[in-house]
Amino acid sequence: MDILVYALYIVAFAMFIIGLSGLTAPRSAVRGNKIAAAGMAIAFVATLIHIRETSSWLIIIAALVVGVIIGIPPARKVKMTAVPQLVALFNGVGGGTVALIAWGEFIESDGFTGLRVASGPVLPLVIASLFAAIIGSLSFWGSIVAFMKLQQILPGRPLSVGRLQQPLNAILFLGSVGAAAIVGIDSASTGADPVWFGTILVLAGILGVMTVLPIGGADMPVVISLLNALTGLSAAAAGLALNNIAMIVAGMIVGASGTILTNLMAKAMNRSILSIVAGGFGGGGATGVDSTNNGDQVAKSTSAADAAIKLAYANQVIVVPGYGLAVAQAQHAVKDMAKVLEARGVEVKYAIHPVAGRMPGHMNVLLAEADVSYDAMKETDDINGEFARTDVTIVIGANDVTNPAARTDPNSPIFGMPVLNVDQSRAVIVLKRSMSSGFAGIENPLFFGVNTTMLFGDAKKSVAQVTEELKAL
Amino acid sequence: MDSFLANIAILVLSGFIGFAVISKVPNTLHTPLMSGTNAIHGIVVLGALTVLGTADNPSIPLQIISFVAIVFGTVNVIGGFVVTDRMLAMFKTRPASSKIEGIN
Repeated sequence: MDILVYALYIVAFAMFIIGLSGLTAPRSAVRGNKIAAAGMAIAFVATLIHIRETSSWLIIIAALVVGVIIGIPPARKVKMTAVPQLVALFNGVGGGTVALIAWGEFIESDGFTGLRVASGPVLPLVIASLFAAIIGSLSFWGSIVAFMKLQQILPGRPLSVGRLQQPLNAILFLGSVGAAAIVGIDSASTGADPVWFGTILVLAGILGVMTVLPIGGADMPVVISLLNALTGLSAAAAGLALNNIAMIVAGMIVGASGTILTNLMAKAMNRSILSIVAGGFGGGGATGVDSTNNGDQVAKSTSAADAAIKLAYANQVIVVPGYGLAVAQAQHAVKDMAKVLEARGVEVKYAIHPVAGRMPGHMNVLLAEADVSYDAMKETDDINGEFARTDVTIVIGANDVTNPAARTDPNSPIFGMPVLNVDQSRAVIVLKRSMSSGFAGIENPLFFGVNTTMLFGDAKKSVAQVTEELKAL
Repeated sequence: MDSFLANIAILVLSGFIGFAVISKVPNTLHTPLMSGTNAIHGIVVLGALTVLGTADNPSIPLQIISFVAIVFGTVNVIGGFVVTDRMLAMFKTRPASSKIEGIN
């Protein structure tokens, strides 16, 4: 019977890989996700076969029912603008599960002395369990803080204890690893004291909280990817400890995926992952300085009617969305405007920077929700050559990803970051609530450009007004 | 020990497969990718089931911990797949300029 379980696990992880391969194109992606879900169902059935002689059916069924009841409603109802926090939350509970599994194993095996899953020395299994405990707890608490920041239960700006932050984090990390070492050594002889195991979970948890708190809103795409990678790796470690190949493969693939995304995001900001995790940089534009007058530079304000006239007589318009679009939930309004423009024969494209928004690909999902076609969304490298022959570029709630100082000013903190060359288009209309700076508190020379006009106000309202004016023309 | 080493081999190989497959995913689909892989790491619910299911006479603390772990894991799996499915259904490729019904 165990051969059957093993075989089903192999079928399951093959389906995960086939399913994820489907995500390489939008057309095959829906089916890919369903294949992965079916693989999960098979792995689940295999596990139930494996534990068929258990006496705990009542608890298992009750827990599954509660999980389904809690899990489905938010997944079905969440607004697309709130997907980042939901993903953070789901990621957190996954990490929490891993930490609890390690804890459960610890209790079940009397402080790991009774760990006899495989023949031979148990030390590697103990190490895998302890790794799972540390990373699982860190990922759980880190994700919870990320969720609270994104949900604005906690402020999005960096919260830190200043210079003490790094030494404190180092102490927490060494402390949890030290407690794990004690548990590991004791498990070889008498069995470890549960207090030490609790110490691992608590210190790793505090480390998770202290690591994510000082990270600003704009760095969230990196943090969410990183936490995703960590949960995947901890799942793989738990799989090693439990000798479960489906968990090993699935966890490792998620770890690889999270690592790739973390790297891509960090590269798109021209910063190292380490410096982002060190935190204190990304303020998310929460505290803006009013600077409509920047020395002799003055930002020119415009009206919806003027903007509409410019747009109506353009050949090509590029829309550059940012987090502001998500906050104002302006995606449908933008699509309506694009429809009116397209009816007039104007070509409308969307330029999407990898770190626009709060998670990788955030803007793409919002625009897809508003029925913008996949082919109209362009990546930085594909569209940067087009700005020079674009009549009007509309920047909606994006700031730093359009900052030309990243190209031209070696003194700028974001110098070298790949940006959208919005300033090269013939006219730029920037939709913004006020003149606040972006996440790094950096002035954006784009706003004072000769071709640039500012349309102040709520993005959704501004776009709707422009659409009305367009219809009236 | 043999099975542990075999598992390490599987671990390393799946890391390479993960890198190969995921590198091909376009930027546009990164959010569904993230939420999809998020659902897949919900596979940890199997671990929670195994720990509780293979214990003879599980103690009360183990029962409580396992209960919470299974609830968390189930939320992760079910919620993850449902939200990913919703998101992916919205991605459409351009069918001329007007919408054609029935394209996923």
